Amino acid sequence: MMHRRRQKCSGETIMKSIALLHDRSNGLGGGFAAYGIYPELPDHYALHIMAYSDVAQRRTQEYVQQHLLVEKAEPIPTRAHPGVVDPPLLWRYFVLPRPADLPEGADEADVMIRHVMTINETIEGAFVFSSGRNMGAFKAVGYAEDVGRFYRLDEYEGWTWIAHGRFPTNTPGWWGGAHPFTLLDWAVIHNGEISSYGINKRYLEGFGYKCTLLTDTEVMAYLLDLLVRKHGLPMEIAADALAAPFWKVIDRAPEHQQELLRALRLVYGPALVNGPFAIIFGHSRGMVGFNDRIKLRPMVAAEHGDVLYIASEESAIREICPSPDRVWTPKAGEPVVGWLEGEGQPQAAAAGTQVAASTA
Amino acid sequence: MATNKVPRDFKVVVDHEICRRCQRCVRGCGFDALVFEGRVKEHPTNQCVACGYCMAVCPEAAIAVTENPMAYRHHGAWTPALRRSTLKQALTGGVLLTGMGNELDYEMVFDHLLLDACQVTNPSIDPLREPMELRTYLGRKPDQVEVEQDEKGQPRLKTDIPPQVKLETPITFAPMSYGSISLNAQKSLALAAKECGIMWATGEGGLHQDLYEYADRACVQVASGRFGVHSEYLKRAAAIEIKIGQGAKPGIGGHLPGEKVPLQVSEARMVPIGTDCLSPAPHHDIYSIEDLRQLIYALKEAVDYSKPVGVKIAAVHNVAAIASGIVRAGADILYLDGFRGGTGAAPTIIRDHVGIPIELAIAAVDDRLREEGIRNHCSLIAAGSIRSSADLAKIIALGADAVAIGTAALIAMGCHVCQRCYTGNCSWGITTQRPELTRRLDPMVRAEMVANLVRAWTEELKEILGALGVNAVESLRGSRERLRAVGLTKETMDVLGVKQAGV
Repeated sequence: MMHRRRQKCSGETIMKSIALLHDRSNGLGGGFAAYGIYPELPDHYALHIMAYSDVAQRRTQEYVQQHLLVEKAEPIPTRAHPGVVDPPLLWRYFVLPRPADLPEGADEADVMIRHVMTINETIEGAFVFSSGRNMGAFKAVGYAEDVGRFYRLDEYEGWTWIAHGRFPTNTPGWWGGAHPFTLLDWAVIHNGEISSYGINKRYLEGFGYKCTLLTDTEVMAYLLDLLVRKHGLPMEIAADALAAPFWKVIDRAPEHQQELLRALRLVYGPALVNGPFAIIFGHSRGMVGFNDRIKLRPMVAAEHGDVLYIASEESAIREICPSPDRVWTPKAGEPVVGWLEGEGQPQAAAAGTQVAASTA
Repeated sequence: MATNKVPRDFKVVVDHEICRRCQRCVRGCGFDALVFEGRVKEHPTNQCVACGYCMAVCPEAAIAVTENPMAYRHHGAWTPALRRSTLKQALTGGVLLTGMGNELDYEMVFDHLLLDACQVTNPSIDPLREPMELRTYLGRKPDQVEVEQDEKGQPRLKTDIPPQVKLETPITFAPMSYGSISLNAQKSLALAAKECGIMWATGEGGLHQDLYEYADRACVQVASGRFGVHSEYLKRAAAIEIKIGQGAKPGIGGHLPGEKVPLQVSEARMVPIGTDCLSPAPHHDIYSIEDLRQLIYALKEAVDYSKPVGVKIAAVHNVAAIASGIVRAGADILYLDGFRGGTGAAPTIIRDHVGIPIELAIAAVDDRLREEGIRNHCSLIAAGSIRSSADLAKIIALGADAVAIGTAALIAMGCHVCQRCYTGNCSWGITTQRPELTRRLDPMVRAEMVANLVRAWTEELKEILGALGVNAVESLRGSRERLRAVGLTKETMDVLGVKQAGV
């Protein structure tokens, strides 16, 4: 859920919604991401780091202090909850990159990503599970609503909240494997399985991304980072690359759309995300959700006033917003793009969506 | 002298009770291995090669070709093949020739790889009910797409996309020259390529005028002999290929004997009738990578950068580094031919002992190009023993964009793999220029059989993708996660980038 005008609400609302979807998860992973929660340090990167041993915790702390400017370091506040057991050490650091790391022309985001990847890769038992500005991810093994209580999310206020309850099948249920997966301000939650994981991962590795979290979902976050942040594609166009329209749709499109969509498929074939999925991305400028190319997973969207909702089930929306202004089921591959006030492009739909609509 | 005869490999057995003495077998044998003297008999010296044509034309099923069981007494080390070649060399003092691909029992890596399938968590897809996309574009791709807004605020493509060849399924026909195969055989491939929306290839034999109408689906070759290369040849083609090497004979040139150069072949190749066509082992204007670059760009210039220019090499030990150089030299398509690749004629010793398997070569090249960030810069065609749609799926998972099939396509049009292509006597009318043999091959009929093979593999590949739960071939391409190995060494699995089954 996202409030376009950045009106904040506490984590209570989203916890109520995700609790209704209890049976879609099995208690082996739950998590949240919230935007706008750190107004006191909005320009610092908030690193949420889990450490499975004192050694890992100490090494992480050393790394952060050595390579970054630390404004504030503290344990992440939690409260004991019977549904959330054996937590690792959970710390957060509000940091900025060192100026020496930022020579002329260097991209601050690239520098931060490199630090995150280095910690994840080189410090055994330590994982950065959140690294954005004025946002945070909170996740654990447990049911989502219990995880929310454990992290005291009722005490945070944010304008965009996303939540996920996990039912892991392909990869172990561990704290780092719960959703959302994040990379700087990207947070991604995912229902499904990425059958093209093998090639997506190899493609990303070619651009220096390191897939370390033992799960297929993280490639989603990295792919979007690559396409939108690094390659500068509009969000809707990125969705056309990740959940590309079928050739038969492209072949019937007007000439200029054909050219664009064909180019996307030619160039981003290895980034095509195949297999069943419904996915929601949160980011500092808004929120976007879309399905796989043949909609093998449920996804419903709704609007009420300035609030945009996207969920697996309509019931989860009506639980917190009983009579929305509009409820709809987005078509396969068709992105639902929500921009916060003053952000984003005004254009309506992705090229592929327009084609699908015009040829339907 | 009778004592110096090379024992026959095969025996022709005729059931004279049911033979009606029509002599179709005698007339049909391209090798003159049969004679009629009141009844069908084996020729006293000409040997049967087991091409199977006599059996195919016998109306009474009265003739059978069998292996000659006691041609050579058993010996574990000195196999019949070794003794045969030793004896032949003792008699001739020459290099022994052969046709088709490597016939020795090297480990077949393909047969140790298994594909994945979906169960429960990701639904498999039924290709008969859902879209299943195999379309493949061969050619250089940019690293990223740039978009700009038009005056209406609509997104438009800003990036230039280099020329591509569109394939409806990731299969092409391997280059086989007019000369090495008959015009009817080449026409069958051209017709099938048009029918299936794929690409055929001229090989180094020029383009006969009868095939001009199929040139827009042809990859025309520029090889070391430069036979048949002229401006129109280049301009009519879908793509251009510089042939450096061939899997069956890496480092070896070609030699089309003058006997196989009648008028029409001479016209297509632009040489006098009856001239031996010698393709040198190296291109004599390419002695290093920078020379290759010049030729690539000379050809691009010649066609105004309107079509992809590829390079074909044999898979040899250092293939990954060579491939990287070729891509950096400007090749848009890289054709890798494994050590099992076929040939019309090659020294047996080279065919059977030089080069490396295509599975390992593709894996190594795909890895290397990715490491260097240039995988998008060229398409990879894999060839050299792609025997079924399973091999096709596996090599795509290892990193190929498409495959080229030669032997499989020839088998589809009648070839019985007798390996005597170099003699020019092919009873099936494929690798011969003798008019009485070539006229047997009806291009319309044989094209349909070849097209059927492509269609069958295409359908099977769709089934495989559906089972894998993906609906576009690009989601299998290079996705080695969908392969597992059984019975391979750790080292082989490392090269392939494939895990052990069960892991």
